[in-house]
Amino acid sequence: MDARRELRGWGRTNPSVAMVHAASDDADLVRLVTAAGARGVLARGLGRSYGDAAQNGGGVVVDMTSRHRILSVDTVTALVEVEAGASLDQLMRQLLPLGLFVPVSPGTRQVTVGGAVAADIHGKNHHVDGSFGRHVVSMDLLCADGTIRTLTPESELFWATVGGMGLTGLVLRVTLRMKKVESAYCLVDTERCANLDDLLQRMAEGDHRYTYSVAWVDCLARGATLGRSVLTRGWPATLEQLPRTLGDHALDFRPRQLAVAPAVFPSGLLNRATVAAFNEAWYRKAPRERRGEIQSIAAFFHPLDAVAQWNRIYGPRGFLQYQFVVPFGAEDTLRRCIQMLSDTGQASFLAVLKRFGPSSAGHLSFPTPGWTLALDIPLGAPVLGGLLDRLDEEVMTAGGREYLAKDSRLPASSIARMYPRLDEWRGIRASADPRGVFTSDLSRRLGL
Amino acid sequence: MKDAIGNVQRVVVLGGTSDIALATVTKLAAERRGVHVTLAARPGERRVAATTALEALGLQVSEVDFDATDRASYERAISAIFEAGGDVDVVMVAFGLLGDQLQAWRDVDAALELVQVNYAAAVACGVLVAEKLRAQGHGAIIAMSSVAGERPRRTNFVYGSTKAGMDAFYTGLGDALSTDGVHVLVVRPGFVRTKMTRGLAAAPLSQTPEQVADAIVAGLRAGRRTVWAPPAMRWVMFVLRHLPHAVFTRLPV
Repeated sequence: MDARRELRGWGRTNPSVAMVHAASDDADLVRLVTAAGARGVLARGLGRSYGDAAQNGGGVVVDMTSRHRILSVDTVTALVEVEAGASLDQLMRQLLPLGLFVPVSPGTRQVTVGGAVAADIHGKNHHVDGSFGRHVVSMDLLCADGTIRTLTPESELFWATVGGMGLTGLVLRVTLRMKKVESAYCLVDTERCANLDDLLQRMAEGDHRYTYSVAWVDCLARGATLGRSVLTRGWPATLEQLPRTLGDHALDFRPRQLAVAPAVFPSGLLNRATVAAFNEAWYRKAPRERRGEIQSIAAFFHPLDAVAQWNRIYGPRGFLQYQFVVPFGAEDTLRRCIQMLSDTGQASFLAVLKRFGPSSAGHLSFPTPGWTLALDIPLGAPVLGGLLDRLDEEVMTAGGREYLAKDSRLPASSIARMYPRLDEWRGIRASADPRGVFTSDLSRRLGL
Repeated sequence: MKDAIGNVQRVVVLGGTSDIALATVTKLAAERRGVHVTLAARPGERRVAATTALEALGLQVSEVDFDATDRASYERAISAIFEAGGDVDVVMVAFGLLGDQLQAWRDVDAALELVQVNYAAAVACGVLVAEKLRAQGHGAIIAMSSVAGERPRRTNFVYGSTKAGMDAFYTGLGDALSTDGVHVLVVRPGFVRTKMTRGLAAAPLSQTPEQVADAIVAGLRAGRRTVWAPPAMRWVMFVLRHLPHAVFTRLPV
C-alpha cells in the first residue's frame, strides 16, 4: 500500500519524494502518527496547492482522498458532516440536488474539504460570506499524541488549524454549514472595464449588491488600457428567475469535462505573443454590458475544470501562481504591481482580482480586507525571481501578504512580516505538537 | 528547501576552497540574503580566505574539517553537516588534485594519491551524501568532473583516468537516485584558469571559474544531467574521442 513517490504541487515545480500512505480507518492513522519518524507526517488531498504545501520530502504523506464519505446531511439546518478527503466536486454533485451548495467555492471543485480548511480557502463571495473556516461548525483533528479531538470555533487549536496548512494535525471529519439554494444556476451581470481605475471604481461601488464578484484582468495590457478587465458578478438564481425550460431540472448538476490536456506539452508554446492574442480575443468577446444572464454553477465558478490537467500546458518547467492582498487604500500599490507585471511581460493568462471582506480568526488565514490579485506565471525567465522579490517588497510595504497555498518561492524572512500572528500560531502548534510530527516542505522552506 | 525559482537555502561544498565552487556558490546565493554555506576543507589560510570572501557577500558560512586523503574525515564531516539541522539543497563535490603529470605515471605514491583524492574519495563521498539526500527526499549533487576523462591524453592521462572513473560513478549515481528526488549534475569543464592550473599554458576554449559557474547554475536549474563548459567542449570532445589513434597522438594537446 505504501509507496515512495515523487510529489509535486499544481505548479509542477520543486518536487520531493515521500512515502505515500493511503489513509484507511482512524486506528490506522493513529498508529501512523504515533509511530512517526524524524521527517514527520503530512496530509494531502487533491494536490491543488501550487507549491510545496502538500509535500513532505523524506517523510510520510497521507493520501486522504480515500476517505470521502458524506456521513450525515440535514437539509433543514443545512449541516453536513463529511470526511476530510471528500472533494467539493463530490459535495456539489451529491448535495446540490438536495438544494445545498458549498458555502465557499474556489476556482476549482477539485479540492478536498480537509485542504479547504487547511488553506482557509476563499471564493467569489468572500466580501459577504468570508472564508471557508467561518462555515465550519466543528471538526475532528488527529493530534500528534494520537488523540482525536473534536474542535469548535471556541478553541484556539481550531483557528490554528483553519489556515494552518496541515501543520497542526490530520483533519479527519468536518461538519459544515452549507448554503441553501433553489437552483444550480447563477444570475450573472457582466461588464467590460476599460482600465484599472474604471474597474476599481465599479467594484468599490457595486460589489455589496452581489453575492459573487470577480474580475478577470489582462495584465499584459499597457498604457491607457492598463488593467482592462471583465467584471462578472452575480447571485444564486432563484426558481422564479429561471426560464421555464430549466424549471424542472433546476438542481441538476452534471458538469462535463470537455478535454484532458496532453501529458507532454511543448515548452514555450505560451509566449508573450500567443498569450496577448488570447487575452485580446477574450476581452473582445466579452459583452460591454450584459445583465441577468443565467449561467450554470460550473460555468460561473469553475471554467478551468472543463480541461483536466490544464497545468500541463505550461510545459515541463511548470509555473507558479502569485497571489497577494493589499489593504483598501493601497490602490497605488496594486497599480504599481500590475504596471510591473505589464512592463516585464511576465504575466500569463488573465489575472483574477477581487475584494476581500473581514478576516477570519485563523492565525495564518490569508484573506484580510482589501484587494487580492492572483495570476499564473510560467517559470523559465531569468528576470522572474527578481521581479517577484520586488513585488513582495511592494506588498509588504503596503501591509499586505501572500497566500501560502499558492506560494512556492517566498523567502523565510518575509513570512513574519506578512503574518503578524505567526508567533502566536507557533505557540499553539508547539503545545499541540511538541515533537513537530506534522511538517511539510513548505514549513521547512519558510521556517514556520 | 530550494524554491520554484531555483533559490537555495543551504549549500555544502566538499573541497570548500575550490575557485569554481566558490564562484558557483556566489551565483546560487545571489538572489537571496542569508543563504547558508558549509565549506568542508582542510583548516588553513585558504579556507579562512574563502569564508571571509563569502561572508563579505552576505552569506552565512560554517566550516567543517575535511581532508580527501583521510578516509575517517569523510564520514565525520558529512554526518556533522547533515546533523547540523536544516535540509541541504546542494552538495558540490569539488575537491581534486591535478598532480605532477610526469611523476604521476612513474611513481606509485604519486599515482595512488591522485587515485585516492580524485576517485576513491569522490566515490566514498558520493555514497555517503547520496544516503543523506535520499533520506530527505530531495537535493542535488554537483560533481566536478573534467573533459580530461573523455579521452586520455599523453600529457595528463593519470589525472584523466581518475576523472573518467568519478564521472562514470556520478553519472550512474544520478540514474540510481532518479526515483529518490535527488538530482545529480556531472560537470565537465575544459581548461579553467584557477589556482589548480596556475602556471600552465591555457588550452584553447579556456574559461574563467565564473563562466563555469554560470553553466553549472543554468544546468542545475534546468535539471540537466551533464554540463560542458564551455558548451562547445561537448562537440570538441566528441570529435577527439572518435579520432583514429594515429591522428590523435599527433595533435598538440
